Amino acid sequence: MNNFKQNLLKKRYNAERRFQWYGKIAIGLALSFLAVFMFQIFSKGYSAFQKTWIVTEVHYDKELLLIDAESPSKDDLENADYYDVAYKAMTSLDPRLTEEEDRQLIQMVSYKYETEVKDLLLKNPDYLGKIVPIKLTASDDVDQVHKGNYPRDIPEKNRRVNDYQLQIYDMLNERGDILSEFNISFFTSPDSREAELAGIASSFMGTVFSILVCLAFSFPVAVLAAIYLEEFAPKNKFTDFIEVNINNLAAVPSIVFGLLGLGVLLAVFNLPRSTPLVGGITLSLMTLPTIIIAARASLKAVPPSIREAALAMGASNMQTTMHHTVPLSMPGTLSGTIIGLAQALGETAPLILIGMVAFVNTIPGTPVDPAASLPVQIYIWSESAERGFVEKVSACIMVLLAFLILMNLAAQIVRHKFEKKWS
Amino acid sequence: MSKIKAENVNVYYGSKQALFDVSIDIAEKEVTALIGPSGCGKSTFLRCLNRMNDVIEICRVEGSIKMDNLELNSRKLDVVRLRESVGMVFQKPNPFPKTIYENVAYGPTIHGIAQSKEEMDQIVETSLKKAALWNEVKDRLDEIGTGLSGGQQQRLCIARAISVSPEVILMDEPCSALDPIATAQIEELIDDLKKEVTIVIVTHSMSQAARVSQKTGFFHLGKLIEFGPTDKIFKNPDNQQTQDYITGRFG
Amino acid sequence: MNLILVTFIVLLAFTSYYFGRKKALVIQSSQRLTALPKFYGYYLAAWCAAPALIIFILWSVFEPSIVKTFILQDYTDQNLTKNELQLIYTKVKALALGNYTGNITNFLDASADKYIQLKGIANSAKVAIILAILIFSLSYAYRSVQKNDRMREPVEIFLKWVLFVASLGAVLVTIGIIFSLLFEAIRFFQAVKFFDFIFGTHWYPAKTFVRDGQPDPELMKDAFGAVPLFAGTFFIAFIAMCVAIPIGLLSGIYLSEYAGRGVRKYAKPIIEILAGIPTVVYGFFAALTVGPFVKEIGNAMGLEVSAESALAAGAVMGVMIIPFISSLSDDVITAVPQNLRDGSYAMGATKSETVKKVIFPAALPGIVGSILLAVSRAVGETMIVVMASGLAANLTMNPLESTSTITAQIVVILIGDQQFGDPKTQSAFALGISLFIVTLFLNVIALSVVKRYREKYE
Repeated sequence: MNNFKQNLLKKRYNAERRFQWYGKIAIGLALSFLAVFMFQIFSKGYSAFQKTWIVTEVHYDKELLLIDAESPSKDDLENADYYDVAYKAMTSLDPRLTEEEDRQLIQMVSYKYETEVKDLLLKNPDYLGKIVPIKLTASDDVDQVHKGNYPRDIPEKNRRVNDYQLQIYDMLNERGDILSEFNISFFTSPDSREAELAGIASSFMGTVFSILVCLAFSFPVAVLAAIYLEEFAPKNKFTDFIEVNINNLAAVPSIVFGLLGLGVLLAVFNLPRSTPLVGGITLSLMTLPTIIIAARASLKAVPPSIREAALAMGASNMQTTMHHTVPLSMPGTLSGTIIGLAQALGETAPLILIGMVAFVNTIPGTPVDPAASLPVQIYIWSESAERGFVEKVSACIMVLLAFLILMNLAAQIVRHKFEKKWS
Repeated sequence: MSKIKAENVNVYYGSKQALFDVSIDIAEKEVTALIGPSGCGKSTFLRCLNRMNDVIEICRVEGSIKMDNLELNSRKLDVVRLRESVGMVFQKPNPFPKTIYENVAYGPTIHGIAQSKEEMDQIVETSLKKAALWNEVKDRLDEIGTGLSGGQQQRLCIARAISVSPEVILMDEPCSALDPIATAQIEELIDDLKKEVTIVIVTHSMSQAARVSQKTGFFHLGKLIEFGPTDKIFKNPDNQQTQDYITGRFG
Repeated sequence: MNLILVTFIVLLAFTSYYFGRKKALVIQSSQRLTALPKFYGYYLAAWCAAPALIIFILWSVFEPSIVKTFILQDYTDQNLTKNELQLIYTKVKALALGNYTGNITNFLDASADKYIQLKGIANSAKVAIILAILIFSLSYAYRSVQKNDRMREPVEIFLKWVLFVASLGAVLVTIGIIFSLLFEAIRFFQAVKFFDFIFGTHWYPAKTFVRDGQPDPELMKDAFGAVPLFAGTFFIAFIAMCVAIPIGLLSGIYLSEYAGRGVRKYAKPIIEILAGIPTVVYGFFAALTVGPFVKEIGNAMGLEVSAESALAAGAVMGVMIIPFISSLSDDVITAVPQNLRDGSYAMGATKSETVKKVIFPAALPGIVGSILLAVSRAVGETMIVVMASGLAANLTMNPLESTSTITAQIVVILIGDQQFGDPKTQSAFALGISLFIVTLFLNVIALSVVKRYREKYE
């Protein structure tokens, strides 16, 4: 073996090792993108599941409430004036209060604090005339300070929380009157302009309704279409055209479906704007090719011997298909459907175009009420400037991802549990 | 003179044993044919000789295979260098989807055999001439190799194998995908090549083994049943099983 | 009203199914059945529901335009444009439904009355016709059942038609896309010259907004030049591909050729998670983390970097596309027959030489196809660009500046309330059809390349 060949061999093996490293680095990069990404979302978002309360005392003074009756009815309590009572509950936190400072104190809780004071009494009518402790939702600025997301050492004029408020916050914190609890209202409240009150209930319901509508429209049509194309369609130009059409449709950008929804569903059919009904139909048009392709693949996977066996028993084509082929292909079809729905679940652009981006502060009860959806909610919140929304967006993303993971798991389970393996 | 000496070779695919204690002596510059019914392990044995079994993840080889006193079945062996000197031709012609020229030049290029373009041209020409393909393709060396006919493709693969001047060429049923005329051409070629290289050929066809080989080994169920001069194996085998197979009673 | 009618038809169909089956059992007592009893039920149910529902759908589709023609007949003598007529009709409808807030003229009031009247007539006519059809088709079907004709074949033929119609659904969606885009786009090109759109270099549709009345044609000429958007779209897609192709391709090759079964089993699905993350999440990530990060690094190197740079959006988009390229190229490479690999190894080639010199060239068509599909995906991607790469359409080739894309502009134009008939709104559809054509072109080529590749090795 001469020297030249020895060197060449060495070079070849080095090249081999280098190439393997390129592959490893590429995979490592892809995996680390995912890791960084997940870390960012979780580290930013987990705090949104905590809600900050300010504890104070409220005196349900009958005079201040303007209640005259001796034993007031529910209506009396409902119509009483809570402004002064609520105001006093907050201002009592600092007895040496100047007039300048009372507004700053009030700003430490959410603007709905009056309602919270009222709700407590309505729930417990016997509190009337008594002094009782009450939890008030802290404003998002106080909330962020408490969670440590807000730098305290920058100059006062650049801060949303001023020195006085920080002083009160510190005092309350020392006394243990700042509470941090699991944020139930994040899941039960609709959207709000105020970060501390905003929740995902409206968008969550919007998503649920859209997905149900999407399922109701796309699944039957897609399965029937797949059955026709796979089992009955004659091989001719027209069915070839349908096939090409479906494959291309699966790759059309989602925003084009949004334009379709806008141009046809809203403009021609006059369906109600901003509703999960229209959103769901738009998404179903998008999901249709995905499900058709999945259903055809699993129909194709049913071995011809099963069909031949049924046909040989004298079953008609239709009976063979409906009794044997279709049931056997169902696990694959279903898991394909769930994956298609999961894709639809994450879609944003088409929903924005059909107006599901409107600000909705009520929880939709039917598919024809205006609603947002989880991904759109992420978009809406991420466009807001307030810091409190950043953690809300991250938390909303976590909910959405959890939803997606669940659906994909379901698809896996359906596939592995029920699918027959043909050898 | 012995070129390759295998002793007690056992091969396992996962937990399934495919070869049992095969020992064989392959003589230099002769054609050795391995025959036997399908699944008998003859191809598996062939692939041990240039370590092609490494490609199969679950495959494990035990025993000793020595080529000119170099242990082939050793972790330390550089398979790249081994395969440079032990070429292989497969059952199905598998030219690369490249030009005819590139197909033949592939080996010399990666092993750095040719120093210049002229030298490479020379290597390609001699290899194709030795493979008896030169006259058919000399005007279209830049056409894609997969465009040739089956027999031509297989001869191209042989040209590819001899381009690096190997000491041994392994042939795994090289004619099973070819028509009789192409088969005859390949057999002629094997006869020519044996002047320079040692050839081990696995074949299904007993008549082919009888025509081209000097020694024949009969494999059955993973065991080497009988090995000896071709004449003897076909006319007067020692073993009853060999006799039965040769006379077509099974297989 | 419609709901009640549909429910009635459906309920009736169910009833007739049970009735038909029962009838079959009665027939059975005297003569041989021609099919299973349930087919008698299906037969009746199909005859009950299908004609009625078809008529119902057709009626619902055509009724509004017929009513509209009747209403607008009264206005034909006023020489109104199409848009004005549309406006009047909207007003009449709103007035009739009781949610009109504008000025009510006598004429309008009369039209609204007429509208209500027409609607009433139409409704009762619909109910009457559908009831008649129900009675007719049911009695026809019942006679066949009584005659004990062959019941299975017609039911199966009917089912086959249902299946066929469902398979037309996909075609219908495509037609819907093309028509809805084309319709508005054509109207857009009536206002803006086609060449001004295709070759114009200024995109600034907000400029054309004029309260009432037509915008200045001179302004229109210079506001809808889509070149910056086309350029921005392909520029960002290019950046994305610069990230996705090397990483995706190398991971695909590593997974298919090098990785052991354990690595492959876990790494592949984990990488594919990247494809399952909704794009809006990537957008948030790009806007909040990557954008500022790129800006900081750029500033540290003394470069002027916009917070919404094309680089940030493109890079994040690239990460999103990695799994597309890695999975597709993995599939394509795995499809290369083993005997080519064997041929190369038997020549003494190392793994990387085999990959680079034999497998890669053999898989190239498939890989090109999957890259084209990925490009089409990048071109159509919306949310990342909307959130991370600015909305001003700059004609620039500097990855550190912000650019906009076709998709982002469609969102910008159509977010919030749209006014149909406004060239700004219509321009979104013109952009949409350009996007559709570009992606369709890419897809058709990619799919046919991949298909031919698959056939070659099957």
